[in-house]
Amino acid sequence: MLEIKNLRASLEEEGKEILKGVNLTIEAGKVHAIMGPNGSGKSTLSYVLSGRDGYEVTEGSVTLNGEDILGMEAEERAAAGLFLAFQYPVEIPGVGNMTFLRTAVNAQRKARGQEEMDAASFLKEVRAKAKELKIDAEMLKRPVNVGFSGGEKKRNEILQMAMLEPKVCILDETDSGLDVDAMKLVADGVNAMRSSDRGFLVITHYQRLLDHIVPDVVHIMVDGRIIKTGGPELALEVEKSGYADLIGEAA
Amino acid sequence: MGLPQAKLTATEARLAALDMPKAPGWSSLARAAALARVESMGLPGRRDEYWRFTDPAELLAPAPVPAALFRGEDKPVFDDMDRVKLVFVDGVFDAEASDDPALAGVEISRLAEAQALDIHWAADLYGVLEARAQEPVERPFAALNTAFATDGVLIRATGRAEKPVNLVYLHHSESSDAVLHHVIKVEAGADLTVLENGPAAARFNKVMEVDIADGGAFHHVRVQGRDHERRAATHLFARLGRESTFKSFTMTANGALTRNECIIELTGDDAVAHVAGACVGDGSDFHHDDTVFITHDAERCESRQVFKKVLKNGATGVFQGKILVQPGAQKTDGYQISQSLLLDEDSQFLAKPELEIYADDVACSHGSTSGAIDETALFYLRSRGVPRSEAVDLMVLSFLAEAIEEIEAEAIREEITERLAQWLARHRR
Repeated sequence: MLEIKNLRASLEEEGKEILKGVNLTIEAGKVHAIMGPNGSGKSTLSYVLSGRDGYEVTEGSVTLNGEDILGMEAEERAAAGLFLAFQYPVEIPGVGNMTFLRTAVNAQRKARGQEEMDAASFLKEVRAKAKELKIDAEMLKRPVNVGFSGGEKKRNEILQMAMLEPKVCILDETDSGLDVDAMKLVADGVNAMRSSDRGFLVITHYQRLLDHIVPDVVHIMVDGRIIKTGGPELALEVEKSGYADLIGEAA
Repeated sequence: MGLPQAKLTATEARLAALDMPKAPGWSSLARAAALARVESMGLPGRRDEYWRFTDPAELLAPAPVPAALFRGEDKPVFDDMDRVKLVFVDGVFDAEASDDPALAGVEISRLAEAQALDIHWAADLYGVLEARAQEPVERPFAALNTAFATDGVLIRATGRAEKPVNLVYLHHSESSDAVLHHVIKVEAGADLTVLENGPAAARFNKVMEVDIADGGAFHHVRVQGRDHERRAATHLFARLGRESTFKSFTMTANGALTRNECIIELTGDDAVAHVAGACVGDGSDFHHDDTVFITHDAERCESRQVFKKVLKNGATGVFQGKILVQPGAQKTDGYQISQSLLLDEDSQFLAKPELEIYADDVACSHGSTSGAIDETALFYLRSRGVPRSEAVDLMVLSFLAEAIEEIEAEAIREEITERLAQWLARHRR
């Protein structure tokens, strides 16, 4: 589904290479996790995949269902089915959460040549999905993420994901800043979206999120490369002995 | 006149091009006094500190720069509201296009007619707030207005007005030069809303004096849009009594040159004054200046200034805002924020925020910023599928929101937001 081949990318301004040849294939229906120490390039990978400005891809390719996405704008990648749940969701004062969601949903539909969703069916769907994530009507009315707690912001990310129904979901450190209850709620939201035609890339520093979102494949990323790939047991290994042993092993 | 020669010449040339209205009645004394003020002050020049950021030349030239008429189709902004409409075309009252003033449930008369009557409450107010506001900063265009205003409305509210009064200014002549002076008295406990919209003329000099008695409330929403080439100097003077409320919001889009001055005196304890502006400008021929002066002269009063400007393609925005806290005005709560969002490197924002405080138990804060669109937020919106141009518009509306939220009436707030959104969509580069 999402195929990353020998991806190398640098920071545009400093020219510093962050991704040094990443190879990764996410199949439909699978959850892949990427773990790694700070500064290993995990978040950069999520930004490069989703099309954030400021990075230069120097080599390699990324395709989504066979279609090259590196030449697309961020909004085109979103319409093609890519979704990034932010580590730090952005506050947008003065723009209602509901307005924002509807603008996004309809912009994607328009880009795909589908009809825009009318206000009534949109409202119905968003209310149902919000309820599952314990997001109340008040939160839907408030400006996007303004005054939201850490947990509310992450639940709001999952709500957006649920409404946009992407093909590939990238979750960047979704567990950061969450207590156990909030994490469980977010994980339930993600698990509810697991399906045979959707792939996930879960980026996390700690293993604990993977207790709740159980991955099919775990990758260890160090210094811009994936140095080891395995099953869920690999995450447990990291939890037990840290990254140092793995890094030593690879070197 | 002990004025510099250049200023003297410019002032004399301007005065020579103006006629004092015939039969000014009770207003004649006020007009004569105002003329004397103009003659002693002279009209402003670029060297005057208060006009350092805005060149007044086109505002004081004997004749206005002709302004092409608006050719768009959009409906005037308050047309769907239940209001009493009073129409001025190039500064001349149009009775046929106007509603019956009696429907507003307040006393309304025209300056041009009322000044011929023997006694009028307005005689005690016309030019009075303007004259008071000439210290410590001179405002010659306002004095010029008091001396030469051809018409205006006099509104006295003694209770809660049934409907808002909507002053609609149409512009039909490319070289019109309009001078209007409104006087508004909100009596104790009364409540009045005044709406203003339209370009008015090629050049517009407008003064509105608002006197709010104890417990009175005055709401004001103004939309300066449409015509790209119009020029305007406006003054809004307000005096607030005890526990009274004054709220004013102005949206400005288009216009070659706009100078909006707002001068507020808080003279009764526990009064509240909010003044806000949202301005969007496109192109190097756009110049917008908000100049505000708020004097706290009573205890426990609150004042709030929120001015936001979005500038692109070489547009210029100016903010000069001052909070003066007089001795004894304890427990003053003053807030002032002026911000600009510059959508490119050609546009500029010039700001001069000032605080002058002579009381020791006050809370005053002010801030002024100038910045570009937040790239992280822009990426956030785009990553959800919102195309760049729409994402920029959303960010702009988000930036303007704090000013727009100062409008209390939800329907007007939504209408203004919608108008701004439409303007932004039309002005995507």
